[in-house]
Amino acid sequence: MSDIINKDIKEDPSDPSTFAYKESFGNSGIIITKADNLFNWSRLSSLFPMTFGIACCAMEFMSTGTAPYDMDRLGMVPRATPRQSDVMIVAGTVTFKMADRIRRLYEQMAEPRYVISMGSCANCGGPYWQHGYHVVKGVDRIIPVDIYVPGCPPRPEALIGGILKLHEKIAAESLLRK
Amino acid sequence: MIEIVLKIDNSASVVPNSTPTTILVAANRLVDVANELHTNPETYFDQLSCVTGIDTVNTMEVIYHLYSIPFNLSLALKVVLPRDNPQVPTLSSIWKSANWLERETYDMYGIIFEQHPDLRRILMPADWEGYPLRKDYKEQEQYRDVQVKY
Repeated sequence: MSDIINKDIKEDPSDPSTFAYKESFGNSGIIITKADNLFNWSRLSSLFPMTFGIACCAMEFMSTGTAPYDMDRLGMVPRATPRQSDVMIVAGTVTFKMADRIRRLYEQMAEPRYVISMGSCANCGGPYWQHGYHVVKGVDRIIPVDIYVPGCPPRPEALIGGILKLHEKIAAESLLRK
Repeated sequence: MIEIVLKIDNSASVVPNSTPTTILVAANRLVDVANELHTNPETYFDQLSCVTGIDTVNTMEVIYHLYSIPFNLSLALKVVLPRDNPQVPTLSSIWKSANWLERETYDMYGIIFEQHPDLRRILMPADWEGYPLRKDYKEQEQYRDVQVKY
């Protein structure tokens, strides 16, 4: 992000292109950046999560949206439909009955789409690992997961940490190159 | 309250040291006993707060927890059923709450509630195999291509 905003183009005698930029645009408030950086920056600055909670982790997810943590400062506004969402935060225990619904919701999201697995249950089954006959042992067995946030449940700080990690991941992506 | 029950089912007995007082009732008299407890002006058990099962390995048992709001009375009814073919008449015609509570008991223990208006699984997926709270329950290997047990 820092190389996009207020990028100060300095004259570099060994690189003639910098002269051209300076000459063309001067101090007229125009920023030069790479297309990837611009797209990634705009995408990671407005990650809309899906309004979606399936267990106690959802409480911490809700707390993340409250004034003390203020998810909105990261440009995140929960959306009530998968079609307007960029990131699915799987906040809770994924049962086999819920697994079908989660997979369908994921498929309804428009690409590029991301998944944050929040808490031990979504990461690996958590406390249901041994005797939870009804629990999928990790949401990554159903849908691909980008970021795992550990905790039972993770505090809002931890979830925000996961979101910032997702920012780093998106910032390193390229829409044109795979 | 045992006197009221004994008028309907003379084989009924109180389970010793039970809290709340638990009355053992024959399965074929259950509906009549429940109906009497529901309508009798001395008891008026207007709430069925819980239905659950017990797998004792030898038998299947169903416990009904009743509560009387006007008299602040609590009572439990217990029915003992054969484990290989557990069937008991539904109480959903007396208490509406029995509908879902009996579905849950069916879902977890495989106890059949005869004459139930809608006896489907309520917690587990409809195509799940087995009854999870039975003592001899073994998880299925796969559920829709996802491994169940690790």
